[in-house]
Amino acid sequence: MTAVRDHWRKQPFIASPLLRYGLYAAVIVYIAVTVATLPIDWARVSQGLERAGRIFGGAFPPSFQRSGLLIDGFLESLKIALLATVGGVFLSIPIAFMAARNVAPLPIYYLGRGIIIVARSFHPVIVAIVFVKAVGFGPFAGVLTLVVYSIGFVAKLLAERIEEIDPGPVEAMKSAGAPFLSVLIYAVFPQIMQRQIGLSIYQLDSNLRASAVVGIVGAGGIGATLANAFGRYDYDFALAITMVIVGVILISEAISGAIRKRIA
Amino acid sequence: MEQPSLHEWSRYTPRQRFQRYAYFALATLVVAWALGSVNIVWAWVWDAPNQMGDLFSRMVPPDPANLDQILSALLDTVNLATIATALAVVLSLPVAYIAAQNTTPNAVTLWIGRFILVSSRSVNTIIWALLFVAIFGPGIVAGIVAIMFRSIGFLGKLLGEAIEEIDPKPVEALQACGASHFKVVLYAIVPQVMPTFFAVSILRWDINLRESTVLGLVGAGGIGVILQGAIDTFNWQEVSTVLIAIIVLVVAGEVVASYLRRKIL
Amino acid sequence: MLKIKSLVKRYGAGDPVLKDLNLEIEGDQVVSVIGSSGAGKSTLLRCINRLVEPTSGTVTLNGTDFTALGRHDLRIARRRVGMVFQSFNLIDRLTVMENVQSGRLGYISTWAALTRRYPKEDIRRAFELMERVGIAHYADKRADELSGGERQRVGVVRALMQQPEILLADEPTASLDPKTSEQIMMLLRDLASELKLPVIINIHNVHEAKEFSDRIVGMRYGRIIFDDLPKALTDEAMHDIYAGIPHADRQVEGEAA
Repeated sequence: MTAVRDHWRKQPFIASPLLRYGLYAAVIVYIAVTVATLPIDWARVSQGLERAGRIFGGAFPPSFQRSGLLIDGFLESLKIALLATVGGVFLSIPIAFMAARNVAPLPIYYLGRGIIIVARSFHPVIVAIVFVKAVGFGPFAGVLTLVVYSIGFVAKLLAERIEEIDPGPVEAMKSAGAPFLSVLIYAVFPQIMQRQIGLSIYQLDSNLRASAVVGIVGAGGIGATLANAFGRYDYDFALAITMVIVGVILISEAISGAIRKRIA
Repeated sequence: MEQPSLHEWSRYTPRQRFQRYAYFALATLVVAWALGSVNIVWAWVWDAPNQMGDLFSRMVPPDPANLDQILSALLDTVNLATIATALAVVLSLPVAYIAAQNTTPNAVTLWIGRFILVSSRSVNTIIWALLFVAIFGPGIVAGIVAIMFRSIGFLGKLLGEAIEEIDPKPVEALQACGASHFKVVLYAIVPQVMPTFFAVSILRWDINLRESTVLGLVGAGGIGVILQGAIDTFNWQEVSTVLIAIIVLVVAGEVVASYLRRKIL
Repeated sequence: MLKIKSLVKRYGAGDPVLKDLNLEIEGDQVVSVIGSSGAGKSTLLRCINRLVEPTSGTVTLNGTDFTALGRHDLRIARRRVGMVFQSFNLIDRLTVMENVQSGRLGYISTWAALTRRYPKEDIRRAFELMERVGIAHYADKRADELSGGERQRVGVVRALMQQPEILLADEPTASLDPKTSEQIMMLLRDLASELKLPVIINIHNVHEAKEFSDRIVGMRYGRIIFDDLPKALTDEAMHDIYAGIPHADRQVEGEAA
């Protein structure tokens, strides 16, 4: 009788041993080299813990003394987010149609996709800086920044939704002789409307978070208040601001989630 | 009951129509309030296209003078993002474990896990960076720690949800075999969350790459430092070089990320 | 030898799902437990290895009282009870070999489990068992690539890898087509006699129960009302087990089986 097999090894994910060990070696070398060459000031880092203690000591308890400033900043962020969402969503609709393969002719498709890619590639902070330099400090730059940010997100997802629609109703409308706009309104819009609304609400929430940040570079809102507080070592005020930001984000997330669930 | 007229049709009942108008009116009111009360100098708004055109003309053509500095900072940025993501991935595992209802040891750990995740997620990376620059001083360490802190929340939440969605039947079977808790996790839970784990890690790396490009603007290292320097010295042509470098980096990162995603899943 | 005494399982304040059950299984018989849904068959099986915690009563396997064990000892004791499930309960993304070896997780070291370097003895036994049930060529395949019948065989091998003293099968064939179902029942019966293993099978299909078991236990609403040889299962007895007035029966508590 033949002896039964008594050895077994699981098939590794990368079959070729050369590739596998090569990859392990590459990772180890990468880690070693980067850690060695990263410009780290170790002395400063070790002081860090002590400093952290001081900062946290100074941050508690959070100070709401200048709550007037806080509320102003928050309201400005809210307005920025609202206006940016409205503007961004309106602009996203035509851009999304431009970027949908099944609706737009090829050159327009590329243009649409190009716009979306550029809008997405730059971090809102960078976009904010550019706008601040172009149109000055303040909420206008913030609104423009978040409009671009919204387009990058909403137009992309909307374009994908448009590409996924059922062509049946479109065909039916066209064969009935409906003009282009009517086809859009009757056959396409109903299919994308729900997604559109969900995206808009999600983007409002997103913009609210982002508006807290663009202020740090001068584009208005509570971010500016926060950056000031840090700059002046007012850590207790900074903590208060951060708590408000976190609280607002949580509430906004909860509301947006609830609304989207009701619509779905 | 009155016979409904066969010649009339409307999409919405009167009550629905009222509701729709009410929502629309409310939304318009809110936008009008925002528009009216926001601190915008409208004169500047009309001037904006001029200003942007002016800025744009000053940014072309891009100036490659400091290209070697820029590329070196770009490399630093990539390393920043990669190392921070790797560390965050490792640290998010235990947090996800205690934040998932089906694996957390008790109610206290569940609460702690959820708390860590929520605070990590709700504070933007840039704000974390502000804090860590205050603690560790300007430099790449602040950036790495900021990215780590933000990523743990992102990864932990998605992983925790993946853990909560596993099929409990293999868990039951392995418990019946007498396997220890650790081995049950290793064999029944880990294989089920593997795909999500990789997808989420790659996604976060991609996002972190983008975030790392701006950390320098608050002093936390990477190419943002060079960008800030160029802006402060009004060297717009160098600014556009840096922006082009950033776009190339981000696009390259997306290509790599989708390649990895296709390979692994 | 399995001894179940006065087993009661109650969820909350309602009617107990298992009412004062007594059962003894000796030697290497194949015992089929039949009864309508809600009779408590599944709960009975799961009380044996305490996947479900009994409310009161004792379960003793070869001298060990399972109901009295602490967490750590219970884990060790569970190694002696093999279980096969209706939904196979395999780890879909892992290979058949890993699934089969997971039956040994109660015995092997954590390192071996982590690195999949299983002991030679275990690998040898795995191949022998897989050969016996006909799935040896699937060792490297992902478990979810197999058919239902093949998956159940993996489940059976996993349970046998524990070298159990008793095998529990909770509706092992309910998810299989009739032909495969018979094959699995035949497999269980043959393995029971080859390995001198007592087997308890929950089953809906009374015909298969009669054909493949040495003894039939009929349950109704948490009580055993039939316990005899298959050929003693008359139509009248069947009627008693599967029909009846639910309400009247449920009121009565504490009556001996």
